[in-house]
Amino acid sequence: MSAPRTKTIRTDYLARVEGEGAMYVRIAGREVEDVKLNIYEPPRFFEAFLRGRGFTEAPDITARICGICPVAYQMSSVTAMEMACGVEVGGQLQALRRLLYCGEWIESHALHVFMLHAPDFLGYPSAIELARDNPAVVASALELKKTGNELMTVIGGREVHPINVKVGGWYRAPRARELAPLVPKLERAREIALEAVRLTSGFDFPDYEQDYELVALDHPGEYPIDRGRIVSNRGLDIAVSEYDDHFEEEHVEWSNALHSRIVERGSYLCGPLARFALAADRLSPVARDAAREAGLDPSERNPFRSIVVRSVELVYAADEALRIIAEYEEPDAPSIDVVPRAGVGYGCTEAPRGILYHRYEIDDEGTIRDAKIVPPTSQNQRTIEEDLRGVVERSLDMPDEALTIRCEQTIRNYDPCISCATHFLTLDIERR
Amino acid sequence: MTVAVVCVGNRLRGDDAAGLEVARHLRGTLPEGVAITEREGEPTALIDTWEGADALWVVDAVSSGSDAGTVHRLDAGERPLPPDPFRASTHHMSLAETVELARALGRLPARTVVYGIEGASFGIGDELTPAVAAAAATVADAVREEVAECTRRP
Repeated sequence: MSAPRTKTIRTDYLARVEGEGAMYVRIAGREVEDVKLNIYEPPRFFEAFLRGRGFTEAPDITARICGICPVAYQMSSVTAMEMACGVEVGGQLQALRRLLYCGEWIESHALHVFMLHAPDFLGYPSAIELARDNPAVVASALELKKTGNELMTVIGGREVHPINVKVGGWYRAPRARELAPLVPKLERAREIALEAVRLTSGFDFPDYEQDYELVALDHPGEYPIDRGRIVSNRGLDIAVSEYDDHFEEEHVEWSNALHSRIVERGSYLCGPLARFALAADRLSPVARDAAREAGLDPSERNPFRSIVVRSVELVYAADEALRIIAEYEEPDAPSIDVVPRAGVGYGCTEAPRGILYHRYEIDDEGTIRDAKIVPPTSQNQRTIEEDLRGVVERSLDMPDEALTIRCEQTIRNYDPCISCATHFLTLDIERR
Repeated sequence: MTVAVVCVGNRLRGDDAAGLEVARHLRGTLPEGVAITEREGEPTALIDTWEGADALWVVDAVSSGSDAGTVHRLDAGERPLPPDPFRASTHHMSLAETVELARALGRLPARTVVYGIEGASFGIGDELTPAVAAAAATVADAVREEVAECTRRP
């Protein structure tokens, strides 16, 4: 009997809903012939849905695109609309936006680090089995999430899909005394996050590195979250309004999602690893120390270690939230006036999983004529496929089951919108 | 006796809103002190919502291949939920996984009843299928009755 020559690994998201995420790898002998990742992507629907709506509706409509990062959608849309209308939100109104964003980072990173990605490294099929053996780890995630929820509720008006965000600022600014009770909880969150850095930095990481073009926002003196130019480690340095000149999207026949690329260069990576590489020096001292103790430095290019970077960002988000609360002064008015005018506005902010770009064209009445939304997952999709290929090439001797787990773990490095769905993927191997 | 009713769904995803439709029917009709909470299915928020309750009813849309509007009633207090029928959204664990996670953490109410309403279309912007809307009313009646019976007990 001859050895199997061609091996196909195909994992489909539960067939119940239109293929929300599927992975296909074909191996012939010692060669990886094909890697395809198919991620279902809702923004296309929303771009059409936004046309004809009022410019003030964009933050609440786009927040519905994602239950994990509604704040990212709100922040990219309000900054784009404000630019179109020729205003800029600053001072405490802007600081509150960053504070709300910290809440989202805490929620999203806590879920991903503890519940979705840690089980891969600790050898558990999911957080359920991990919780049976090590409930403290999963309980930490719940506690962090709860603090993130409370932050979102106090500032955003409710814990998911905040309703308090508007073009020009806020419907209502929180009183300082409303923020005060968050302080001990955020201090505790920072402690849990420091534990997470210690825990994750001790994991075994597959030996894999890639020379990525790393893309993140850049604003003087700030770790990238809510504003800045778009920069890369290969010299890209552009205003958000120049995005469409430097990034392009292409349709690939196997995926609903558009794949982004940098014009004339190709794939790139955004998200925690990119932010850390480009702005580690702008982390707060406690987060910087945690990164150093974890053995991270800005030259880190192993995508599997993104779980450690995410944990460092958890420390930072809690720490940054504490700083903003400590410096908070109640603003005179919760928002500035925004009068619509015909024009185009661009917004880009750092969703937990990478940059989220919005562009809107509005008319004199403020009616949306055109909308474009590029989520971080489609920006990373090409890189995810390249990494899958690279990881499989280095793991050809693994048994099929272990190889499939390794592929899922690889996909989760980017915390894409399918990161947890891949826990439910079924494996189908063809040999011939 | 603390009783929680948690209705899960996404209004923008067609029949995925079945649970929210049940919540709409139930509002104002449950005994005083029984909270009805709407959730999108994010696991930690769900566990947080029902933590501390003695009895729990959860309603969600399912997709198991049955006819639209088919009602599944599962007693999660007695045995683990089958993982398949509950839709996992793109980011989250499914409701079944969340219930089992809560059980592993000792945070699942001793009495937990899960209602699943079979959906037909889950596309973005889809309307609720008529059979699903009808089933939501039926499930609301059943939950109302079971909650009333539960709260009557000394």
